[in-house]
Amino acid sequence: MKIGILAVQGDFEAHAAILHQLGVDTVEVRTPAGLEGCNGLILPGGESTTQLQFLQEEGLAEKIQQFARRGGAIFGTCAGAILLANEVRNPKQDSLKLLDMTVLRNGYGRQVASDVVSGPSKLKKEPLEMVFIRGPIIEHAGPDVEVLAEYGGKPALVQHGHIMAATFHPELTDDTTVHQHFLSLAANGTSPATGSAKSK
Amino acid sequence: MDAKKVNGSGNGNKGSNEWRVKVGLAEMLKGGVIMDVTNAEQAKIAENAGACAVMALERVPSDIRKEGGVARMASIKVIREIMATVTIPVMAKVRIGHFAEAEVLQALEVDFIDESEVLTPADEENHIWKHDYRVPFVCGARNLGEALRRIAEGAAMIRTKGEAGSGNVVEAVRHMRTIVSQMKKLTTMREDELMHEAKELGAPLDLIRQIAKTGKLPVPNFSAGGIATPADAVLVRKLGAEAVFVGSGIFKSSDPEARAKAVVKATTHFEDPKAVLEAHEELGEAMKGLDIRQMEEKDMLSTRGW
Repeated sequence: MKIGILAVQGDFEAHAAILHQLGVDTVEVRTPAGLEGCNGLILPGGESTTQLQFLQEEGLAEKIQQFARRGGAIFGTCAGAILLANEVRNPKQDSLKLLDMTVLRNGYGRQVASDVVSGPSKLKKEPLEMVFIRGPIIEHAGPDVEVLAEYGGKPALVQHGHIMAATFHPELTDDTTVHQHFLSLAANGTSPATGSAKSK
Repeated sequence: MDAKKVNGSGNGNKGSNEWRVKVGLAEMLKGGVIMDVTNAEQAKIAENAGACAVMALERVPSDIRKEGGVARMASIKVIREIMATVTIPVMAKVRIGHFAEAEVLQALEVDFIDESEVLTPADEENHIWKHDYRVPFVCGARNLGEALRRIAEGAAMIRTKGEAGSGNVVEAVRHMRTIVSQMKKLTTMREDELMHEAKELGAPLDLIRQIAKTGKLPVPNFSAGGIATPADAVLVRKLGAEAVFVGSGIFKSSDPEARAKAVVKATTHFEDPKAVLEAHEELGEAMKGLDIRQMEEKDMLSTRGW
């Protein structure tokens, strides 16, 4: 099992640390070739405007869409969730359109509104800790999108098939539940999406 | 002053949720470029070029240097316009020790506050007690002791001071190398040597012990001060900076838009010299730089604060 982590900008190292803790190999993805041999891809937190521009200029956006079509599992956190959404507002922004939902950027306001909360989820019995940092709000999720956790009456962790998105940062907690769930999606998906696995 | 806080762990409310979201925002900026801007138009250029945040200020450091006078927190009107124009985080600078300016910026809800040596210090002994704020702070440092004193006061991000407005990367390199080698040294020391090292560095023992174990700062470590070209950004990235601040380098160059984009591209691809070459390809003239060795002590900004 190998998971690619988009390493354009943002907290990609925090995701890598959690996956290493779970004994999973990771590779930093900065070019289309970096996706080769990955079972799954994580789109980390950071600035979605910065990341999107990079994806479009380097031809990675299209590659990621192909990766998803071939059954590669994708998990976006915060900025990554914005990139995955079908529709982005506040302001309107282009996206990969891989998940049937509408997100509102900086939905809670500026940094002073950032907070750590906990709430119920379908992934475990105990409340799930959620770290929100200038997080987006999922205003609307399509009928086929499963809501795995909510905060303030809005979906915070959602899944549709092998695509998953969180408006919070599970990578900034000690809890590996959400990542383990993503790994199960990556394991159930197709074998490595393209070509042979490149050696690390 | 609250004695309990001062005599506490030296790291105040570390581990609290407030601290976690402060360091968390710093984590989100990793790998990116934070650009100095003086108006909304420049902020838009920076955002379009792929900056992960902007720093709002009244004058860029090279102008502060040229024009002299007291440099203060930027005008609220300008900061507000910048906040209304871009969706990326907006940072703003306060004078060292000027906690009233910091209170104003927190009330304004900027996303990050830079307690900066680029502005004229308001207090020559005390820095701001940054744990008291919900907005995270970044502070400059020339060495590990300085970095740890700022972290103990509540800084959620450290950047090298470099020599702002000089267009000369030499001081940023010196500061980054110093911080990294001092951390490396700690990891090789016996536990019974750490107290002496804490005394030598003038830093809290608990942070010294933590670094002896991890080999890295407990908050993101960025670089600033004199970065003017894509290759300058790559240089500090390779020496250990997790992201870069570019000040006068962009809007004092002959081609701000292209240069802003080129610095972002090089910073992301810092491990790929071919991509850095491409970033340099189309660039015009960089800002005119200053030779630090020709500068007088009184003109150095990096010696402000301790």
